[in-house]
Amino acid sequence: MLWEVEIRPAAGQVDREGERILAECSGLGLGSVSTVTAARSFLLQGDLDEADVDRLGRKLLVDGVAETFTVTRVHAGSGEADGNANLLNVLFKPGVTDNVAGSTLKTLKDQNVPVEAVATCRKYWLNEDADKAEVGRLSSRVLSNDAIEHVVSGPLKMDGISVGSSYEFKLTHVAIRIMNDKSLERLSVKGQLYLSLEEMRTIKQHFIELERDPTDVELETVAQTWSEHCSHKTLAGRIAYEDENGPRQYKNMLKETIFAATVKIREQLGEDDWCVSVFVDNAGVIKFDEKQDVCFKVETHNHPSALEPYGGANTGIGGVIRDPMGTGLGARPVCNTDVFCFGPPDYPHDKLPKGTLHPKTVARGVVSGVRDYGNRMGIPTVNGAVYFDERYLGNPLVYCGNVAMLPVGKSEKQSAHPGDLIVAVGGRTGRDGIHGATFSSAELTEESEELSGGAVQIGNAITEKIVMDVILQARDQELFRAITDCGAGGFSSAVGEMGEDTGAVVWLEKCPLKYSGLSYTEIWISEAQERMVLAVPPEHWDKFKALCDSEEVEAAVIGEFNDDKRLVLKYDDQVVADVTMAFLHDGRPPVVRQASYQPAPVKPLELPQKDDYTDDLKAILGSLNVCSKEWVIRQYDHEVQGGSVVKPLVGVHRDGPSDAAVVRPDLESNRGLVISCGMNPHFGDLDPYWMAASAIDEAVRNCVATGADPSRIAILDNFCWGNCERPETLGSLVRAAIACQDLAVAYGTPFISGKDSLNNEFSYEDENGERQTVVIPSTLLISALGQIANIENAVTMDLKSAGNRLILIGETKDELGGSHFSLVNKLKGGSVPTVDSERAPKIFAALHDAISSGLIESCHDLSEGGLAAAAAEMAFAGDLGATLNLSALATSTGLSDAALLFSESNTRFLIEVAPENAAAVSAKFGAGLTTDLGEVTDSRSVVVTGSSGAIIDEDIDVLRTTWKAPLNW
Amino acid sequence: MATPRICVLRAPGTNCDPETAHAFELCGADAERVHLLRILENPAMLSDFQVLCIPGGFSYGDDIGAGVIFASHLQGRLSEVLREFLSADKLCLGICNGFQVLLKSGILPGGADGLAAAAEGERDATLTWNDNGRYTSLWVRLQNLSPQNVFLKGIDEIEMPIAHAEGRIVVRDKSIVDAWREAGQIAACYRNGTPHGNAADWLAAKLDYPVNPNGSFANIAGLSDTSGRVLGLMPHPERFIHATQHPNWTRLKLRGEGDGLKVFRNAVEYFA
Repeated sequence: MLWEVEIRPAAGQVDREGERILAECSGLGLGSVSTVTAARSFLLQGDLDEADVDRLGRKLLVDGVAETFTVTRVHAGSGEADGNANLLNVLFKPGVTDNVAGSTLKTLKDQNVPVEAVATCRKYWLNEDADKAEVGRLSSRVLSNDAIEHVVSGPLKMDGISVGSSYEFKLTHVAIRIMNDKSLERLSVKGQLYLSLEEMRTIKQHFIELERDPTDVELETVAQTWSEHCSHKTLAGRIAYEDENGPRQYKNMLKETIFAATVKIREQLGEDDWCVSVFVDNAGVIKFDEKQDVCFKVETHNHPSALEPYGGANTGIGGVIRDPMGTGLGARPVCNTDVFCFGPPDYPHDKLPKGTLHPKTVARGVVSGVRDYGNRMGIPTVNGAVYFDERYLGNPLVYCGNVAMLPVGKSEKQSAHPGDLIVAVGGRTGRDGIHGATFSSAELTEESEELSGGAVQIGNAITEKIVMDVILQARDQELFRAITDCGAGGFSSAVGEMGEDTGAVVWLEKCPLKYSGLSYTEIWISEAQERMVLAVPPEHWDKFKALCDSEEVEAAVIGEFNDDKRLVLKYDDQVVADVTMAFLHDGRPPVVRQASYQPAPVKPLELPQKDDYTDDLKAILGSLNVCSKEWVIRQYDHEVQGGSVVKPLVGVHRDGPSDAAVVRPDLESNRGLVISCGMNPHFGDLDPYWMAASAIDEAVRNCVATGADPSRIAILDNFCWGNCERPETLGSLVRAAIACQDLAVAYGTPFISGKDSLNNEFSYEDENGERQTVVIPSTLLISALGQIANIENAVTMDLKSAGNRLILIGETKDELGGSHFSLVNKLKGGSVPTVDSERAPKIFAALHDAISSGLIESCHDLSEGGLAAAAAEMAFAGDLGATLNLSALATSTGLSDAALLFSESNTRFLIEVAPENAAAVSAKFGAGLTTDLGEVTDSRSVVVTGSSGAIIDEDIDVLRTTWKAPLNW
Repeated sequence: MATPRICVLRAPGTNCDPETAHAFELCGADAERVHLLRILENPAMLSDFQVLCIPGGFSYGDDIGAGVIFASHLQGRLSEVLREFLSADKLCLGICNGFQVLLKSGILPGGADGLAAAAEGERDATLTWNDNGRYTSLWVRLQNLSPQNVFLKGIDEIEMPIAHAEGRIVVRDKSIVDAWREAGQIAACYRNGTPHGNAADWLAAKLDYPVNPNGSFANIAGLSDTSGRVLGLMPHPERFIHATQHPNWTRLKLRGEGDGLKVFRNAVEYFA
C-alpha cells in the first residue's frame, strides 16, 4: 500500500516556501499567481494501515510543535489532473538521489517498520484562477528543474515507488572498423564520446590491427581516458604559439611554463625546498611543520552547475574534497574555498537566451549547493569571491577548493601492487552522472539539458563524511596501499589510473548498485558521487572491512590489480573489455594546436574632469564585484573545527572584507595557514599576460596583507577559457601561462597544482533564428596557500584607533584600464595594471617584516577601486573616520586625482601605523615606496583632499550601506 | 582531582566532535569520541562515563528534521540506560545539533520523564527553521539566566558563535516560558551589549537579527533541566577556547584562553 504523509506549517507558523515561491512569481512577472501554499510530503510504501502511518507521522516524520499533517492513501491511476490543476507535485525523476527518502527508509527499517520504499515530494497549491500558461512557466522555471525533477498536477496517482528494473546481459560491439570519417564523427557526437576525428581514426586503426570490433564499454573507456577533462590534451599538448615577440613551439605547454617555474624554484631553494609532491597527485602537497604537510586543490564544476546549479555546485565541492582524500594516503580536510562567476542578477527575464537559467536562480542554487555540502562535511568555507559579467550568462563558473593536512611520510602518491584488491568504498553506483567527463569537455547549447541531464548528480555529504571518517582511521592503521577518488569518468578513470603501471581486472557485477537494471557500461562509467577506490593488500581486507562495517560504510572488492599491463573488465565471468594500458594511456594521437596573440593597441582613457569623486567611490563600492558578499558568507560555516583566526568578515560590526582567511589546522600549534585568491577577468580583455600577473600579485598580496610569510606561499592555477580550437583563444591562454611562469619564478611562489576547463561557451538560436555564441571572458583564478609562523601576529583590515597614521605602500601608476572606475563610468581603454616583478618581492618581504615585528595595526590590499575603495572599507570596518591628503603623492607621481584615487596598480597596500612607529615602518621599505597620506580620525567620515580641495567626503555609515546594499538578498 | 570521563557521542554526520573533545581535554578531562553504534551495541558502556556530550554537526544529515533520527535512537534502545544516566549525579551537554537532539528526544527540558513523553510525539517546544529561512553563522552575546546550571556557573554574559539553520525555539504554549524561568531552566538567551538592570528582561521582547539571529521565542538560546545537570545550547562554546577565535581579537588585543572554555571547565570541576 502507498501512503502520503502531507506536512504543513502549524497555525501561527509562517509558510516560508509558499512565500518564497510567491516572491519569485512577482519577480518573473507571473501576475495571475496570487496565492501559493506549500507543503512537503513523504510517500511510504509498505504493509501499513492508516493508524501505523499516523503513528509514524507523529513520532518521527512531523515536528508536532511547528507542523501539522494529514495521512492519505495514494491510489493507482493515470497521472492526469482531475479538476484540481492548481495543485502541483514536484517529485524527483526515477534514479535521482533522494537523501531524505534514503535516510527515512533506513531509520524505519532499523525500527522494524514494514516499509519497502520511501519517496519525498514538494506540493504547491495555487489560486484556482491562475493563468494556465503562467502556471506552466512557474512549474518549469521555479518549482522544478527538469534535469532532476518532474511536476505532476492534481492529486497524486501512483501504484508504487520503484526505481529498479530488470537487466539482461547482452554484450554490444561497435563496428568501428568499417566506418568512414563521417560515421566516425557521428559516432563521436551521438555516442557522447566527444573525440576528434583524428582520435576516432586512431581507435579504428587500433581495432583493425587487433582484427576485432571494440565493445561499447571499450570505446567508452578510451573516450573517457582521452577526454579533455581527464587528459588535458590541449594544454599539455603541442602548441605552436606566436605573439609580438615571435613564434614559440611547445611540446607540452603546461610542462614548459607552469611546471617549469616550479622546477626552477625548487632548484633555487635546494635543501630548503618545501614542496613535497607537486603535479603528480590529486592535490599539490607542501611542508607545513615537522609533523604535518598540507595540500591544496581547486576544481571547477561549470557545466553541471549551468544545468542544475544546486546539484552541480553540491557535487563540485563534494568532488574537490575527495581530491585531498585521495592524495598521498588520504588527507584530512581543514577548509574550503569557493569562487563564482555569474551573469548579472538583475538581467531581464524576457531577454534570457533559451536553455539558460536566470543568473539569480543560478547564484542562489550554487550558493545553497556549496553551503549544504561544505557545512554538512564539517569543513569551514573560509575564502572566496564572486564576479559578475554578462558573458557568464549561459556558462557560469563554479570554482571549489579544499585544503587538507597529511602526516609527514604519508604525502607521496602511492601505487598499487599486483595482487592488491580493488576496493570500492562509499556511495553506491547508479545511473547518475553518465558521460560527465566527456560532457564537460564539450560546448554548452540550449539542448545540453536534454542531452546531458544524466550528467547532473545530487550529492550526499553525509556519505562522504563517513567515508572520510573511516579512510583516515584506515590510513593510520596502514590498511591500504594506495587510494584515489572516483571523479569524472567514475571507476573507469579511477581504476584506469591506479592500474596504469600494473594491470587490473574488474568484476563489474560485484559493484554495489543503488538499484537494479544498470548495464555493465553504465556501472563502469557512472559518476555516482562519494566513492573512493583503494588498493588493499589481501591480508588487510578483513580488518579494513570490519572498520568500514563499524561505521556503516559500504566497502566491496570489485577486482584486483595484476601485472599483465591490461585493463580487463568482466561481467559474470564474461570479458566485456580487454585493452592494453599502453593504448589507453599512451595511444592518443598528439594534438597539435595553433595559438596566436595580437596585442590590442592601447587606447588612451578619456578621463572626465571632476572636482568631487564621492559618487564614483559609492558607485564602485556598490558595484557587484566589489560589494559585500555577506549574504553568501553568512550561509557558510566558517568556524567549524575551531581553527578560525581571521574570518572572511572582520571589524567592529564584523562586516569588513578580509583580504585572506587565517586558519589554524592544529589546535595545539600556533602555526597557521593563510588562504586567499586573485582574479581579474576585466584585465584579460586588455592583455591576458597582465591579467595573469595581476591575479598572482593579488593572491600573494592578499596573503601577505594578513600576515603570511611571502617566502612560503604556494599557488594554484585554474584556467577557464573558451573553445581553444580557435588560435586566438588558445593564444590568450598561452600568453597567460607565460605570465604565470615569469611571475612564479620572480616571486618564488611555486605552482603546486592546477586545472583547466576549456570550451566555456554557450551557443543558442536567437529570436531571428541565428546562431549566437557567448564566450566567457578568459578567467584565470589564482589561489594562494600561505603560512604564518605565529597566528597571534595576524593583521586584519579594520582601522583600529584614531590618531594612527595611514601610509600607502607601493607605486601608484596611471593604470585605470579594466579598472572599476572605468567600469562604473563605462570608459574604454587605458593602460592595464602591470607588475614590477623585481620590486614586488622586496615590498612583500618588507611588509612581512613590519607585520612580524608587530608594527602594523591594520593592513588592506589595494585592488578593485584602488586607494579610495580600500580606505573606505578600512574606515567603516573599524567604525572610524580617515583623513587623507593626496598632494605629496600627486607631486611624486604627477598623476590626476582620478588615477591617484582609483588606479588599480599592483603591489600596493594601505597600512595603519601608530605615530611612534611610522618612521621605523617606512625605513623597512625602499625610498619612494611609502607615502604618509594622513590619519585615522574619530569623525566617522572619509575625507580625501586632492588638487581641488576635498574630492571625497562621505559618512562611513553611508559608505557601508552603499557597499552592503546590492547583494542583500 | 578526579579525572572525569567524557563520552563525546558522534553519529554519521556529527562534525564538531574533535574540537569539543579537545575543549574538555584542555580542562583536564579524559574525553573519548564514541560512535553511537558502539553504544547501541552495548548500552551499558554509557555508565563508564561521567559526562555525556552530544556535539554539533548534521547527524544523519538532519534528513527528517534537525536531530530527529539521532533522537529516535535515544528514545529506542537507549532509553533505559539514559534514564539511569540522567538520574545519577552526572552531566549532559548538547551543543547545536546536540541541543536539537536533546530537545527532540525530550531530555530537555524534561529530563528522563521528558524522554518517555517525547517518544510518543508529545513535546512542549521545538527547534525549527530560522526566521530568515537559511543557515546562518555569526557571533552572538548570551545572558545566563539559570542559577543552578552546572556548566554556566560563574558566567553572567558570554560571547560565542552560532552556525545553524534550525535554531529557532518555538513553544506550544507561551506560558511555559514563565514556568521555565521560575525553574531556572532558561540557561541562555540572546542579548545585546547594552547594560540592563534586570537580566530576565532579555526574555521580554523579541530582539532583531543579528542580536537574536534566528527569531527564537523569548530570545532563548539554551535550556537547562530543573536539576541544572543538563544543558542544551545552540551557540558553540567549543569555538571560543582560544582568544584568537574571537572576531575582534585583533582590535581588542585578546590573547590566551577564550571565554567558552569556562563551560567545559565547570563540567570538569564539578567532579573535583
